[in-house]
Amino acid sequence: MMDKTHPLKDHTPCVRLRGIGKSFGGVRVLGGIDVDFHEGEIHGLVGENGAGKSTLGKIVGGYYASSEGQIEVFGETVGSWDPSRALERGVAMMHQELQLVPALSVAQNVFLGIEEKRFGVLARTENARLADIMHASGFELDPDAVTAGLSIADQQKIEIMRALARNSRVIVMDEPTSSLTADEAERLHETMRRLKAAGNTIIYVSHFLDDILGVCDTVTVLRDGKLVRTGKTSDETKGTLVSAMLGGDRSETPYPAKNKKRRSTSNPVLRVENLTASSGVNDVSLEIHSGEIVGLIGLVGSGRTEIARAIFGADRADGGRIEIKGVAYQSRTPAQSTRHGMVMVPEDRRKQGLVMTMPVRANMTLPHLQFFSYASGTIKSTLEKTRVRALVDYFRVVPNQIDGNIPNYSGGNQQKVLLGKWLLQNPDVVILDEPSRGVDVGARQRIHEAIADLAAKGTAVLLISSEIEEVLGLAHRAYLVHKGALVDEINPDATTTKDVLWSLFHQDNPSTDTARSPIT
Amino acid sequence: MISTLTSARLARFFQAYAVLIMIALLIIALSLLSDSFLTFRNLQNILNQNAPLAIMACAMTLVIIGGGFDLSVGSIFAVSGVSAAWVALHVDPFLGLAIAPFIGLALGLVNGVVITSLNIHSFLATIATSMVFKGVAILISDGRLIPVRIAEFTWLGRDKIGGIFIAVIVFIGFALVLTFVLNRTAFGRKVFSVGGNEEAAILSGVRTSRIKVATFAIAGMAAGLAAAISVSRISMGQPGAGIGMELQAIAAVILGGTSIYGGSGAVWRSVAGVLLLALINNGFNILNADPFFRDLTTGLIILIAVGISASGGRR
Repeated sequence: MMDKTHPLKDHTPCVRLRGIGKSFGGVRVLGGIDVDFHEGEIHGLVGENGAGKSTLGKIVGGYYASSEGQIEVFGETVGSWDPSRALERGVAMMHQELQLVPALSVAQNVFLGIEEKRFGVLARTENARLADIMHASGFELDPDAVTAGLSIADQQKIEIMRALARNSRVIVMDEPTSSLTADEAERLHETMRRLKAAGNTIIYVSHFLDDILGVCDTVTVLRDGKLVRTGKTSDETKGTLVSAMLGGDRSETPYPAKNKKRRSTSNPVLRVENLTASSGVNDVSLEIHSGEIVGLIGLVGSGRTEIARAIFGADRADGGRIEIKGVAYQSRTPAQSTRHGMVMVPEDRRKQGLVMTMPVRANMTLPHLQFFSYASGTIKSTLEKTRVRALVDYFRVVPNQIDGNIPNYSGGNQQKVLLGKWLLQNPDVVILDEPSRGVDVGARQRIHEAIADLAAKGTAVLLISSEIEEVLGLAHRAYLVHKGALVDEINPDATTTKDVLWSLFHQDNPSTDTARSPIT
Repeated sequence: MISTLTSARLARFFQAYAVLIMIALLIIALSLLSDSFLTFRNLQNILNQNAPLAIMACAMTLVIIGGGFDLSVGSIFAVSGVSAAWVALHVDPFLGLAIAPFIGLALGLVNGVVITSLNIHSFLATIATSMVFKGVAILISDGRLIPVRIAEFTWLGRDKIGGIFIAVIVFIGFALVLTFVLNRTAFGRKVFSVGGNEEAAILSGVRTSRIKVATFAIAGMAAGLAAAISVSRISMGQPGAGIGMELQAIAAVILGGTSIYGGSGAVWRSVAGVLLLALINNGFNILNADPFFRDLTTGLIILIAVGISASGGRR
């Protein structure tokens, strides 16, 4: 389609990468990447954990300086490239961890850094300008709402509008759906299609292959820092993508088999009775037996995480009782819970999970220092190294070092370290909050195997995930969570994702109760 | 590609060891400029004179790695110093020296408890406690100098064992102990975790409040120990002593390359930071340079060193 107003269309790609490579601390994570991103396309970047898809996205967005190769933007080769230069040339980036100022309003965040000024004084034109952008993008947000109080989906809209406010024509999105519900993800995809129709280019980094196949025009597959191929999405299937990502003929493997240790007659390992917390937990009671995986399913904001935090003692509980192996304890703090054999893998690995300034080894043994030190407090470093080495090998962490620097690891490998940290000693109760969030096929599978192993060894597991499929695939039993309460118990083996979704979306509407889909 | 890799490595090396490189350059320059610089006597004097500050900077390293700041160590130095002099004069000279670190420890504990129980930032809390402690030092001494003309009081600050000043031995011993504590013990690991990511540390079962209290207690104890050396050396307790030492100690820690945001750093870095500051000073003395330029030069060198280590921020 030739169009005089778009002289570049179909000729010069808006972003052209030639021979791009990147090394972190001497480790080469990307090399020899040649990709063209064309105007008005949604271009997916897929690849296994550590394949370099996020790194490549960040190089385009200017967040990483490439170690080699050159970048052309709208036909011009760029010299030094950083986020502000990228924005000037019309390339914006939306991070997996959103980069908004929580205390500012929607409008203030959208125009952050490009506020209109008169004689150095802010001109109060933001809301009017924002209205134009919202009209163009189809978003509806209160311009004066404080960002911290908004859902992640809404915050993403702010990021997108921020890019639009700067007249960006290329938007790099790094795993934007990893913390969204299926419904919210679909709405984001709608937005992406609308941006595309308006002539924008979207570079979509994701590990959700269904999303990529559903929304992208073109897809580029990376493996071990190398380009496998770039092709039309219509020529690909989930199977072809997965085998390109994995390199072999491996197709997507199913969930690990659930162990047979079902509800025993013995006492449960974890018993929660009438737990209530002002953070949003409403009279929760549940039991988990040895070797059992129990799932919590709910929409974002349903109180899943709050239930986990209240059980663990990370948030203060206002009432209720918790027993581990029949022993109740009252003053619950994370330190107390850990000593009683209960651990929690938090949902946000960078903010809550890992100490980014410490190497892998120190992170993994942090909760177990008592075990790894003499009475004098000196660390038994030989024992520590041996155990951490075994765990790094078990999880197949890449790079395979015990003293690697966490910031150089990909998200999936960071997640493996985070999980490994808790499996170093066999805990009685493990709470997993989004254990495979932001992680690709290979790492995900490894993590699922580890969870199944854990249960097989007799640990009681509480599993929280926004991926319903994951809970159904791994858990022996699951509860639906709504407004901080457990509203229904389901048998994962006899329920489909669709049933669950249907049920979740109808919680707020009592009139549909009679028409509820059959849930066992 | 090989050349870019090597240059990147070289840049990282400079960032990591900026302070050592600057010390080496200063030593070379001063040796060339003056015959009296590179002598055992001069070098030992530098260490001896700076032993109290170095002890405080070593302990400050733990506080800063743990994500805190202690602006009260100068005042703790004053309280411990006048208390040591008072006890030496009225009770026993040895007891006076021995009690100073414990007084510092107690005041450091107060800092830690105030910070963790009221949950206020250590920067603010220690500004407040520093004024309180300064007032206490004045009350103890009645606002006057306390001269201690007792021979048994001066050994710690003035005597040598086997040709080495006792103060230097104490400082090196203290630095080694803290290095061991920080790098080889469970407590040290926890200090790094608290400063690196407090939330993750809490969720890992680390009792972060205890760790913080302990770092402030150690900083207080170090200030008390430094005060004992200093008071013993000049045979006098001064309620106004220690003013500005907290900032010198913090400057030395940061100059050495310990992260001001917490979570990373090392004791040897702070020792190097103290030495760099001391060498600049010593250079002015032995070269008879115009002392009017001393602060200006020191400030510029701090800026350069900190600038080099900060330049590695973007990957």
